[in-house]
Amino acid sequence: MKPLELFFESLGTLTLNKTRTALAVLGIVIGIGSVIALMSLGQATQKSIQNQIESLGSNLLTVQPGAARSSGGVQSAPGSRTTLTSDDAKALASSTEITTINKVSPEYSSRTQIITNQGNSNTQIIGIGPNYFDVHKVSLDDGVLITQTDLDSLKKIAIIGPTVATNLFPDGTNPIGQTIKIKNQNLTIVGVTVAKGGSGFNNQDDIVYVPLTTAQKQLFGVSYLSSIALEAKSADQMVAAQDEVGYFLLARHKITDYSKADFSIMSQQDMVNTITSVTGTFTTLLAGVAAISLLVGGIGIMNIMLVTVTERTREIGLRKALGAKKKTITTQFLIESVILTFTGGILGIILGILISFIISKITSSLFIVSYSSIFLAFIVSAAIGILFGWYPAKKAANLEPIEALRYE
Amino acid sequence: MAVAWVVVLVDNFMKNQPIISIKNLSKIYKTDVLETTALDNISFEIKKGEFVAIMGPSGSGKSTLMHIIGALDKPTSGTYLLDGENVAKLTDDELSDIRNRKIGFVFQSYNLLPRTTTVKNVSLPMAYAGIDKEEREKRAIKYLELVGLSDRLKHTSNQLSGGQQQRVAIARALCMHPSILLADEPTGNIASAQAEEIMAIFQKINEDGNTIVIITHEPDIAEHAKRIIIIRDGKIVSDNSNHNQKVINNFSSLPCQGKGQGRVLTNK
Repeated sequence: MKPLELFFESLGTLTLNKTRTALAVLGIVIGIGSVIALMSLGQATQKSIQNQIESLGSNLLTVQPGAARSSGGVQSAPGSRTTLTSDDAKALASSTEITTINKVSPEYSSRTQIITNQGNSNTQIIGIGPNYFDVHKVSLDDGVLITQTDLDSLKKIAIIGPTVATNLFPDGTNPIGQTIKIKNQNLTIVGVTVAKGGSGFNNQDDIVYVPLTTAQKQLFGVSYLSSIALEAKSADQMVAAQDEVGYFLLARHKITDYSKADFSIMSQQDMVNTITSVTGTFTTLLAGVAAISLLVGGIGIMNIMLVTVTERTREIGLRKALGAKKKTITTQFLIESVILTFTGGILGIILGILISFIISKITSSLFIVSYSSIFLAFIVSAAIGILFGWYPAKKAANLEPIEALRYE
Repeated sequence: MAVAWVVVLVDNFMKNQPIISIKNLSKIYKTDVLETTALDNISFEIKKGEFVAIMGPSGSGKSTLMHIIGALDKPTSGTYLLDGENVAKLTDDELSDIRNRKIGFVFQSYNLLPRTTTVKNVSLPMAYAGIDKEEREKRAIKYLELVGLSDRLKHTSNQLSGGQQQRVAIARALCMHPSILLADEPTGNIASAQAEEIMAIFQKINEDGNTIVIITHEPDIAEHAKRIIIIRDGKIVSDNSNHNQKVINNFSSLPCQGKGQGRVLTNK
């Protein structure tokens, strides 16, 4: 029998028992569908976490007081160290030795209570320079930015995050122009930032920004910085920038032994790498779960094909009596199972894409369909068809025609 | 005159060539504890154009003999030549090929493909022989007409009566122009009126020159054949061509009209 005819013969027998065919296909549809949906979900999660980290500022280096690992002596909490000063920041910004850094943003950060006539909130206060919003990729929803002039004149102004705005003004009053009280000082709100997301310890929207000098001198009475954020000129220069800034500050602080450094430098990339490896494990886990459901689908196909062989024993006997060779029978059954998995594979891919699309719409997250997962799912479904179709096909071909014809 | 003589001689010679030649054939089924002799040293020949009924009670070995004649099974010992080919020595796939080309099967339970049209059912052995689709359909329609089913071409097997299904099976058996038509209890599942129709078709296609072997346990059916072989306990106990053949002479009432119409056959 010609291959094409055999194909139509197989197709014909599959359409004879539609319920059984549909059930067999369903197993593969669910298997393939879940592989694609779960892998897309995993990748979308990974991508959105990466995006969120990158939204904190790309090419970002953070200098913090205190060594990452120091030995001996009395250790104090990282935020309370006083080794970084505004002069360090100014030197970094103006030195001709520093060639890999674009922008420098000195910062002083502390938590305290803020009060308005409507309510109060315990919030992070960050004293910032004019470069802060640029370096950290924060933009204003409304109002004006903090400038160098504001710093020079110790102006009592503040820019607040959207979470702070809703906490302090629950009735929806426009916060701009309102007054808030921090450490008994009255500050006027001049701007509101755009929502960035994030939650818990890392809520980017629950922050009050004030001029650095105002924070240091008027609010908290300190002269040091809690960190200096640096923007490297490009992602390739991150390592070079880290070294350059490190040696520059060692020299400025007159430290010769780098293991005794009184500051540490962390890059944004370190953080991205850590998170990526965590979410990578998560994606692998999801893919593993999906692979199991695919395997179950494959066994379902084998089960249906085995039932089919038993149910059609007489027919197989007849076909052999009328001149079908072993190969013809094997091929017919193999084609049947490959048609089943192939149809299931295509429907599964459509279902998987649909599910990931719906999930991304519901959770308003990213919609990513990886072509590699589609390709993989397709190959796997074809392989399952051949692998799990082989045994029933072989079983059918080896039936003795006499016994098969007598089978009731 | 001389030419006519030669034609008759050649015709007789062809007719005397055995289609089936079985010599000292035995079939023994072995299990761990039992050894059952189903066929015990059987020898006989069937020539072209014969109409043979193989009779015997159940357990006599007639089914085993039918399976061996039909190349569905191999003998334990002895030789079986089907149209000159030694079937005992063939592989499974070669047996499939022999069955396809030389044997037309008619089964007791018809064995048509379920929910498949009559034309497709008749076409199946031709498909396995690699005959192209147009020729298959042409031949299928021709043989369906021969068995009187020209108005049932598009019907599926489950829409037909038992007798009609068996006629489809006969058309399927004939379409490959087999050396023998092998029928295993062809009327076993059919009401007696329809059984007569089936036997009439067998007689008619035998008249057309086809060799037919029928396996049955009913003497009534066996009497339609020209020769009756009776086996019992694996041995041939009688081989008789001289009985009164029951000939169905009322062809006009049968579905297979055409050529046979109006012809009156009488008892020999």
